[in-house]
Amino acid sequence: MSNSQSLSATLLSVFRRDLVIAFRQRSDMLNPIVFFLMVVTMMPLGISPQASTLAQLAPGLLWVIALLACLLSLDGLFRTDYDDGTLEQLILSPQPLYFIVIIKALVHWLTTGLPLTLVAPLLGVLLALPSDGFIPLWLSLLLGTLTLSFVGAIGAALTVSLRKGGLLLSLIIMPLYVPVLIFGASTVRSAVEGIPYTGALAVLGMFCALALMLAPLAIVGALKMSVQE
Amino acid sequence: MGWQWFHQLGSPRWFYEKTSRWMPWIGAIALILLVVGAVWGLAYAPVDAKQGNSYRIIYIHVPAAFLALAGYYIMAIAGAVGIIWQMKLSYTVMRSAAPIGATLTFIALVTGAVWGKPTWGTWWVWDARITSMLILFFLYLGVMALQGAYQNQNTANKAGAILALVGTINIPIIYKSVDWWFTLHQPATLKLTGESSIDPSMAYPLLIMIAGFYGLYAWLLMHWTRMDILHSEQKTAWVKALVSSK
Amino acid sequence: MTFQFNSLIDFLNMAGHGPYVWASYAITTIALVTLVVYPLMQKKQIIAQIRRQQRISNPPE
Repeated sequence: MSNSQSLSATLLSVFRRDLVIAFRQRSDMLNPIVFFLMVVTMMPLGISPQASTLAQLAPGLLWVIALLACLLSLDGLFRTDYDDGTLEQLILSPQPLYFIVIIKALVHWLTTGLPLTLVAPLLGVLLALPSDGFIPLWLSLLLGTLTLSFVGAIGAALTVSLRKGGLLLSLIIMPLYVPVLIFGASTVRSAVEGIPYTGALAVLGMFCALALMLAPLAIVGALKMSVQE
Repeated sequence: MGWQWFHQLGSPRWFYEKTSRWMPWIGAIALILLVVGAVWGLAYAPVDAKQGNSYRIIYIHVPAAFLALAGYYIMAIAGAVGIIWQMKLSYTVMRSAAPIGATLTFIALVTGAVWGKPTWGTWWVWDARITSMLILFFLYLGVMALQGAYQNQNTANKAGAILALVGTINIPIIYKSVDWWFTLHQPATLKLTGESSIDPSMAYPLLIMIAGFYGLYAWLLMHWTRMDILHSEQKTAWVKALVSSK
Repeated sequence: MTFQFNSLIDFLNMAGHGPYVWASYAITTIALVTLVVYPLMQKKQIIAQIRRQQRISNPPE
């Protein structure tokens, strides 16, 4: 990697590299989806198999479980890069870390949030989600999981140098997920109840834009701190 | 003059010596305000027409909730100053603010629950304010847990400061979201405090209690910071001299 | 400004709300006192530790 390499070339190489690694470790990619599926299976067993009961709970349940699945996948975001020294290299590289971090969080979303979003309608069927809810569920998860990846990356960066960071990561990030959960679940619920849902969706979009802009600043600071340790 | 005071302020020793002179005064004022406010609120303020005597919990619930929220901002600002100017003392203040703020949040939550029982007939209601308080409590716990997880003090400071700052940006968003969520679910009309229409005879003790809690907070923050300074500076000459002179 | 209750018993009872009010104030007091006492205990420990180290490094003649 020469110093004269342009920003876009660096970002593209980081993007490609991360994607390749993610696809090589396919189990890491599949695990959140399997987790999502399994927890959804627990719900009828724990609550009630009646379609009417499930339908009422489905918007909230799907969102809460998707959120937990995202949370579980976060721990690995910077872990391998930290362990093999790549992170140090990236921090020392002449290209601004801000953009590199955006790419990394984006790849995380592409390999966890996006697949979760894609399978969510299927799980909606399992939980008897009324048909009006499917498109809003899909749209809200699309925007919401992207936000979750970026906000969660802050926690991943803060805890990457700790050996037992996993549970702590969930602890510090979960309160920050509250607004996304509220507006995500209510997008679906509004749609199911026949109320216009675009307002809540727009707020999710705003959260997403805010997270895309601001979260990388915190991630950069946290990564520099973690590497110095 | 100029920036000198700022650098002096950054010196733990200067802080320790100054505060040992200020603290008795602040403590005395806070204690007087708290005792006057509590006695006035408990015994002399008129009974609320709707809630009866249970409303007297307001005199600790509201000030505690006030300071719990303000405390988070104080913690975050101290963390930001620490990051920007690499000021050790500022990090010390941040570390001290976390347990104090968490305790005040805990007080606000518990008194809210106890107040809820005679007023609404239930210990817990998912009301917007209480829910926000609970999330604030979690935010405090997160900062404390993260700081505690690091062996290296410097890293712990930076990690705590970054998380506190992220939390600061999120708090208004969380509050607004929870508020919106609450109106969406149309609960029974159970307005806890009509602050705007509160009678002056009930408001004066409340104002005194809020002032008292601010004083108490300042005192506690100094108290905890001084303890932390002693701990982190125990290898320095001035602390050794201080200990042996006692 | 008048005392709102007829007697001390009335004051403690607060028309049935007494237990709630007094419990709130008691919990608050306990929590605040803990906040005051905890650093004092820590301080004691730190000072004892510094004294111990001082004795080790320069023992009394």
